[in-house]
Amino acid sequence: MKKIMTNNVKEKTVEIIFFICACASIVAVCLICLFLFAKGVPAIGKIGVFDFLLGKEWSPNDLPASFGIFPMIVGSLYITAGAIFFGVPIGILAAVFLAKSCPKIIYRFLKPAVELLAGIPSVVYGFFGIVVIVPLVRDMFGGNGNSILTASILLGIMILPTIIGISEAAIRAVPENYYEGALALGATHERSVFFAVLPAAKSGILAGVVLGIGRAIGETMAVVMVAGNQARMPVDILMGVRTLTANIVMEMGYAADLHREALIATGVVLFVFILLINALFSVLKRRF
Amino acid sequence: MVSEAAKNYINKKSFSKTFRGYLKNPLSLFLAALLIIGALITFFVLLYLIIYILIKGVPYLTPELFELTYNTENVSMFPALINTITMTLLSLLIAAPLGIFTAAYLVEYAKRGNKFVEIIRITAETLSGIPSIVYGLFGMLFFVTALGWGYSILAGAFTLGIMILPLIIRSTEEALKAVPDLYREASFGLGAGRMRTVFRIVIPAAIPGILAGIILSIGRVVGETAALIYTAGTAAVVPEGVMNSGRTLSVHMYALSSEGLYTNQAYATAVVLLIIVLVINWVSAFVAKKLAKV
Repeated sequence: MKKIMTNNVKEKTVEIIFFICACASIVAVCLICLFLFAKGVPAIGKIGVFDFLLGKEWSPNDLPASFGIFPMIVGSLYITAGAIFFGVPIGILAAVFLAKSCPKIIYRFLKPAVELLAGIPSVVYGFFGIVVIVPLVRDMFGGNGNSILTASILLGIMILPTIIGISEAAIRAVPENYYEGALALGATHERSVFFAVLPAAKSGILAGVVLGIGRAIGETMAVVMVAGNQARMPVDILMGVRTLTANIVMEMGYAADLHREALIATGVVLFVFILLINALFSVLKRRF
Repeated sequence: MVSEAAKNYINKKSFSKTFRGYLKNPLSLFLAALLIIGALITFFVLLYLIIYILIKGVPYLTPELFELTYNTENVSMFPALINTITMTLLSLLIAAPLGIFTAAYLVEYAKRGNKFVEIIRITAETLSGIPSIVYGLFGMLFFVTALGWGYSILAGAFTLGIMILPLIIRSTEEALKAVPDLYREASFGLGAGRMRTVFRIVIPAAIPGILAGIILSIGRVVGETAALIYTAGTAAVVPEGVMNSGRTLSVHMYALSSEGLYTNQAYATAVVLLIIVLVINWVSAFVAKKLAKV
């Protein structure tokens, strides 16, 4: 009898310990929100919501200083759009190839290659950008090479594994009947894949693209290394630009007072962007 | 019922047959070409990146780069290498138990349709989407400033620990779910309690999957830069303790390439990072394959 009692106590303790561990991720999210918003939102209030979000000038060292992050928001959006332009078509095509047309032998090389692409650190990508893509863009299109275009190409490469991974899973999740049905109606292999299977995998592929957008907006080091980082409104894709993430990394080291708070507020804006994108992603994911 | 081999034989098309089919159907040919181009671009970008960095970097892997202390003459990456190992071990020490226990709670204890489980899932998903610079900001505000740890290895390790938590939770969860219910039922049938079943039966059976997740998170830690610059700092030394600042290999590489003076050494550092990542990916795939066999 006594033994059963102690056993029960032990079982209960273990369950409670597991429960406490399970709370850790909730605590982490709460702490992150709390600290970011507590430090960032007052700064937005001090600068003024419109001056902060839509102000076109970022000059923290002037008197009076101005903290407008609109150029950075636009910069982030431009570079993300560029990454989508380069990364999505190639990613979806590669995913279709992996899922539907790939001989087993090639798959054994290609799949680990895609996983490796996901594992390469962003500084290495950034460095590759500096030594290969920047000179390439400089020679082909002029300018000094540190530009929206360069960052877009590099980010396009970096989001490939995200898009390929999720799109491949989505394509594989489409019932085989769709493909076989199309074949039986006389369509060729390619037509069946593109016009029967792909439309059915639409929302899953879209989820992959949305996740890729999240990665592109949040990417920091690679972008800092190739985008030029000038805090001004971009007018040309061969001009340098600064993203939200770059703004934080570049200036956090020496910022003080309101400047520092404005940088944290930049982080808050980025965080809100990401939360929205994540929400969109989980809505899309639930559909497929 | 037609056997698999027979089916393959019947469905087999000769090359010339396929080719003639494509001639009749130019759109199909075009689409097939597109698919192959997409896959080729992906593959060659990776190949080009790796080979380029290896060719440029390997000649500069000199013994000076691995001298015990860093100075501007030898630009040694040895301290950074040691810090990377410390950082990896510490962040795993923080995240691995938390992640594994969380997953065990989700899979083994929580009742189906529990609201609490839903909340944990959502928060873990949120965590995995947060960009590393936001983790860096949070680490700086919380560990460095609010808790007063200063730029330190410990602050960096806690920040990275939170960052890799969702990865470990998810991979452990999947590994635990893959353990057949038969194991649990047999264990209960022999009179073991839930705790004993989880620790002695379920977790040991799921070890390969859990390990694969942990190895992948090592890769994340090794490659991380943005979350560490303002938490662990950039001191190029082997710190005396976990409360001192020290840069990891990725941060070291960022510092080298942004200073612009040590491009060759940056190449060499990139080679070391690439090799670490290659080995990690290979080991993780190897372990995961073992899981598939079980």
